[in-house]
Amino acid sequence: MKYAFSFLAVLALIIVAWLGSMIPGMQYLFGVLIPYLAIAIFLGGFIYRVVGWAKSPVPFSIPTTCGQGKSLDFIKQDKLDCPTKTSEVVARMFLEIFAFRSLFRNTKSELHEGPKITYESSRWLWLASLLFHYSFLVIIVRHMRLFLNPVPQWLQFIDFLDAGAMLQVGAPLLYASDLAILAGLLFLFGRRLVNRNVRYISLANDYFPLFLIFAVASTGILMRYFFRTNIDIINIKELLVGLVTFSPVINAEIGSIFYIHVFLVSTLFIYFPYSKLMHMGGVFMSPTRNMANDSRMKRHINPWNDPTIKPHSYSGYEDEFREFMVEAGIPVEKELPPKKDEE
Amino acid sequence: MALAKLEQLSKSVVQGPSLVTGAQPTKDWMDTPAIFKEGNFAYPAKQEKVEYLDSQDGIDFPNARIWSPDEDDWKLPENWEEIILKGLAERLEKFRSLKIFMDCCVRCGACADKCHFFLGTGDPKNMPVLRAELLRSVYRQDFTLAGKLFGKMAGGRKMTVGVLKEWFMYSYQCTECRRCSVFCPYGIDTAEVTMMIRELLHLVGIGINWIMEPASNSNRTGNHMGLQPHTFKDNVDFLAEDVEALTGVKINHSFNRKGAEVLFITPSADVFAEPGLYTAMGYLALFEQIGLDYTWSTYASEGGNFGLFTNNELMKKLNAKMYAEAKRLGVKYIIGGECGHMWRVVHQYMDTMNGPADFMEVPKSPITGTVFDNAKSSKMIHISEFTADLIKHGKIKFDPSRNANVKATYHDSCNPARAMGLMDEPRYILDHVVPDWVEMPENTIREQTFCCGSGTGLNTDEIMELRMRAGLPRANAVKHVVDKHDVNMLSCVCAIDRATLTSLMDYWNPGCGVCGISELVGNALIMDNEKRAMGYGADGTESELPDGLRTML
Repeated sequence: MKYAFSFLAVLALIIVAWLGSMIPGMQYLFGVLIPYLAIAIFLGGFIYRVVGWAKSPVPFSIPTTCGQGKSLDFIKQDKLDCPTKTSEVVARMFLEIFAFRSLFRNTKSELHEGPKITYESSRWLWLASLLFHYSFLVIIVRHMRLFLNPVPQWLQFIDFLDAGAMLQVGAPLLYASDLAILAGLLFLFGRRLVNRNVRYISLANDYFPLFLIFAVASTGILMRYFFRTNIDIINIKELLVGLVTFSPVINAEIGSIFYIHVFLVSTLFIYFPYSKLMHMGGVFMSPTRNMANDSRMKRHINPWNDPTIKPHSYSGYEDEFREFMVEAGIPVEKELPPKKDEE
Repeated sequence: MALAKLEQLSKSVVQGPSLVTGAQPTKDWMDTPAIFKEGNFAYPAKQEKVEYLDSQDGIDFPNARIWSPDEDDWKLPENWEEIILKGLAERLEKFRSLKIFMDCCVRCGACADKCHFFLGTGDPKNMPVLRAELLRSVYRQDFTLAGKLFGKMAGGRKMTVGVLKEWFMYSYQCTECRRCSVFCPYGIDTAEVTMMIRELLHLVGIGINWIMEPASNSNRTGNHMGLQPHTFKDNVDFLAEDVEALTGVKINHSFNRKGAEVLFITPSADVFAEPGLYTAMGYLALFEQIGLDYTWSTYASEGGNFGLFTNNELMKKLNAKMYAEAKRLGVKYIIGGECGHMWRVVHQYMDTMNGPADFMEVPKSPITGTVFDNAKSSKMIHISEFTADLIKHGKIKFDPSRNANVKATYHDSCNPARAMGLMDEPRYILDHVVPDWVEMPENTIREQTFCCGSGTGLNTDEIMELRMRAGLPRANAVKHVVDKHDVNMLSCVCAIDRATLTSLMDYWNPGCGVCGISELVGNALIMDNEKRAMGYGADGTESELPDGLRTML
């Protein structure tokens, strides 16, 4: 039912934008004010969250070592999985962030009669995640075309590649990224329904962004391939260029589908900093991944280390056990007091 | 509670209705309470142990009382909820890891089937992600805007006694082994989460005796076992005599000796119980053979640190003895014995908490001249590093055939593997001291190693079935090489392992022994002027130390 709730929420957003944008005068709200607000909340919220994390110190050096550490000369260090130098940490982080390396390790465990547990490599999640994230990135980059006038060459080239990848003729060209993001989203959603473990742990917070992004992508695709005639691409471009130059104008009527799309994107921006989507920022700051395994070579400083915590003192220890120690021939700091003759 | 028979448990693990075996729970996890009954919880800490620790300088263990998990009323302090939420707020400000791990999880489930507790129990809340959600739900409710606005819709949950009970149940069904963190795309480390939950529980006087009693022992007597100085010395002396009886070489060791070059610290379990004893005998033989100028300490007679399983303050206090003693005795550096969680503390926490150790020198092997730059700040090296270096330089001689009765495999202990990166040193040693050894399947070794199932102070008898379940993935991998390669010895570098894996093997793979790497070193070591004793082997024939250091005379 958690997905039903999320689904209805996204549906409600669509209806709000659809109906809202048809009320005369409201176009400015949906086309200008809400997008501005969304961007402001996104940027402010994102920074606020990252600063919030950064404010808490990293008291201990806790990298998860996933390979042989640096030790003796003849023991080969796994520099990527157990880095000691900054350059090695950067390499580890690079692969983590851009290739989802930890997910690549994923295995599936199964319990059989016996009992016997088997493990096999399972990379579907890795593949779908890469597909989803990279197509999303390409789509965002591609959208810059709408905000820039003139469109820079490199952007046109990306556009060309994305469409050219489908080896097609005719217009409008079908983007590979459009298909990829839908495929990725469908897999990630399907997995939440089918995989028992994931189904059980999934919250509304997990379905909502999936549906929202799915709706964003779908409305974008609809706009490009199906409702294209209704939409004045020149007017849209004028509005978007106006938005980035802080002189937005809405000259002519633009179809509702555009406002729905923009409203959903705005919602995503607003939702982003307050949700799990912040993993985008967090992955850079995770102490188990971004620290060098050098805690015996270099003293890591804990700003709140409490110098008043002392060990149970040796003298206290010796005071308690001195007699036994002397008797057992263990060296002591303070000899026993001379024994009084027992009467 | 009596432990289920092997057949029974084997069946139950595979066929019992659980998330692992294919049953989808019908109730949402937030609506499924933790139910305690004899056998599924470790006994609460004794009031006097909690009070003793609370009375120590710099340490707080408030709200000591008599309580029991299986009673409805846990006799929580009146303002317990406020204490917990305040404690959580404080920890969010102190640990970036906690904040990030609370915020970043996307519930992709990659961690779910990586946990030995989940594989063995099938309990959904033993999926690392759900274990963390137990805390995360409260965090969302009270510390995030979305949770404050939307509550349960945003995955939030009010802090209730029920939630607190779940925290207790599942933070003590986690051994902080970090296997999940290897697979998490954001490196979310459940050990961090479990540590925080346990810290919070201690604020309201909830802890387990198997941790608190050894910790208080360690504070007072220097070791978990509570061995007083003369007893500790007696035990080591006894082992030294055994080595002499077996090898004919007199062992010269010392205690609390000022001016020694090296302070040697190992888990006290090594001088206390089988099979750790044989590992300790291995240390004694090795140090004797190379003529190391070293001393044991009765004051710092514990390598392990059960403080790690309570809160960071107690961990620091217990650990502080190592440097304090090194300073008092004026040693140049410290060598640490084989232990898992000890090395987590020594490698990742010690220098930060109790350093700088500028009164010592960068460890340098007096035998080979090797300078251990990897420990140049902390001044403490692992016995496996030290031994591997000796072997590399040909400074010790072995006759691997002395271990001919041993067909070994090697268990990477969680902490040396995933919190230190010590993986190949013990393997290098094994290569030289046994005629042959084999690896377990690749998904169960090195950084993917499985916990013994009883780490972080869970090696207590009242939860034996849980331990056997949690240890199943490890035992199962051992069984694989037992069946395929006739392995009869599970070697490791961890004192807790030596105790817990023994129970685990006895249950799942009877006939497979457990030993420390240094025991195998001691067995194969050729000593000067040795005069090895004769003994009877398993087949009844008399030969030279047929069972190595375990030979009964």
